[in-house]
Amino acid sequence: MSRQGLKTMDQAQTVNKELYEFKNKRVSIMNKLMPVLLLLCASVSILTTFGIVVTLITETYHFFKVIPIFDFLFGTKWSPLIPPKSFGVLPLLSGTLLITVIACLVAIPLGLASAIYLSEYAPKRVRKIIKPILEVLAGVPTIVYGYFALSLITPMIQSVFGSAGVFNALSAGIVVGIMIIPMVSSLSEDAMSAVPRSLRDGAYALGATRFEVALKIVVPAAFSGIVASAVLAFSRAIGETMIVTLAAGSTPNMTINPLDSIQTMTAYIVQVSLGDTPHGSIEYGSIFAVGMTLFVITFLLNIFAQYIARKFREEY
Amino acid sequence: MNIFQDANRKQIAGRRRTDWLLHMLFVIATSIGVLALCALIIDILIDGIVRLQPDLFNNFPSRKADGSGMKSALVGTIYMLLIMAPISFIFGVGAAIYLEEYAKKGRLTRLIQLNISTLAGVPSIVYGILGLALFVRLLALDRSLIAGALTMTLLVLPIIIVAAQEAIRAVPRSRRDASFALGATKWQTVSRSVMPSALPGVLTGVILAMSRAIGETAPLVMIGALTYVAFLPDGLRDSFTVIPIQVYNWLSKPQIEFKELAASGIIVLLVLLLLMNFSAILLRNKYQKNV
Repeated sequence: MSRQGLKTMDQAQTVNKELYEFKNKRVSIMNKLMPVLLLLCASVSILTTFGIVVTLITETYHFFKVIPIFDFLFGTKWSPLIPPKSFGVLPLLSGTLLITVIACLVAIPLGLASAIYLSEYAPKRVRKIIKPILEVLAGVPTIVYGYFALSLITPMIQSVFGSAGVFNALSAGIVVGIMIIPMVSSLSEDAMSAVPRSLRDGAYALGATRFEVALKIVVPAAFSGIVASAVLAFSRAIGETMIVTLAAGSTPNMTINPLDSIQTMTAYIVQVSLGDTPHGSIEYGSIFAVGMTLFVITFLLNIFAQYIARKFREEY
Repeated sequence: MNIFQDANRKQIAGRRRTDWLLHMLFVIATSIGVLALCALIIDILIDGIVRLQPDLFNNFPSRKADGSGMKSALVGTIYMLLIMAPISFIFGVGAAIYLEEYAKKGRLTRLIQLNISTLAGVPSIVYGILGLALFVRLLALDRSLIAGALTMTLLVLPIIIVAAQEAIRAVPRSRRDASFALGATKWQTVSRSVMPSALPGVLTGVILAMSRAIGETAPLVMIGALTYVAFLPDGLRDSFTVIPIQVYNWLSKPQIEFKELAASGIIVLLVLLLLMNFSAILLRNKYQKNV
């Protein structure tokens, strides 16, 4: 090999080495930098919670400086826009509760029965078709359900009960119930499928029929999951907004008559934000106070559901 | 002996009958859910099919139902998707990678994880309240496209994070080990070995989250996406409307023609959702074949 050739090879090696070191450096910087960036991404979720809590607390605090907290929590008249103004949240709470109870009366029996059918009775092929169809119910936008309530369910109710108005709690409650069926059925079915086969086999070997296995073995064994799914569905129904805004009306009413028009907490928030409420006014503040109430209730229910699912789970 | 046998047989026959009855009851209960879905779709198709004309896509909403369209809402929905998809992808997947690959099992990680599952249960209207206070007022973004997109990003982040975490967790350990054995760094392993393999699952989750976002109405009503927009948004700071809000607007009018318009708007929304879910299913099937 000539001198010249040796030199170029030398050079090439140095260049190569430099390139390698440069690349190495970049690699190691990336390796150190990325975890930090990724942690930042993950902290967005913490910041979101923080943002929600801080926003709700500060604005609610301002609201309570004008309206005493006692009047808010225990007042029985909600009339925020028409004087004499009154900010007692109980009518909104009772409206929300009425809707939620109707929804759960629809969703829990139907959802649980579907879950038992899918997990214990249905052949594999049927389950593979029915389960996704039921889950579509959870993916339908709530505005679509609102339309469904107004155009189909309300007329049906009116033809049965002549006294029902265009806006009534029953129609909204039933449709919210249909919407949360898959929450109950899917989560309960998951809990039932987790019950080991051997338990069922043991019962069958003793001569049990399918419903005995389902109701006396599987349901008790999966009970914590079933209760948790019901609590989650309840919480979801409380937070539901568009269906109740469209179908349940906007009259804050303390009633247990499901044919009456009522207003839920969520529907009130929508009603105020649709109007042009000036920032800093008492109506504006009331959104946050009601939002805070809503947030606290759903938060506690969700924590409760997680607690039940963990605490009372049967381990096999 | 015979008497006992008869009693036994009777008891068994009774239990069999109960079993059959309950079986029927469960079938009926299950079919009520399915029937409700069918009724909903048929009801909307019957009401909305007449208005499903070019006018619906070419025209802006107007006072008169005839010739009224939802061009601004359709474009608004697409713009919002285009803005929120990349933002929520980066933050959602970033958080998932951190939690699955980097985070040490400790207090902070548990806190973040618990926090994410809690956020997923927060009613969507509460996100609207946050958006109103944070983006519209505090950051003074006003009732703009960007404020709406950011609010919706916060709403779908927990969904994306959970889906991405599951996809990343499903990547076998051996892939990581092989990469480390070749001398790759942690980040090289994550970015070139784990993520490509998890990507289809991650994308499925992102698409499903986006389909949740385009159906959401309440948070956008809160931050004041306008109900009457007769122009196309020109920039991030412009006011906008989306399909569900246009539908809501039409639904709140008493005339029957507007109800038909609302139904046709819903058809468009549902078709859009169907397309997105279908592509998610295709992706998932392809992914399942490859593993």
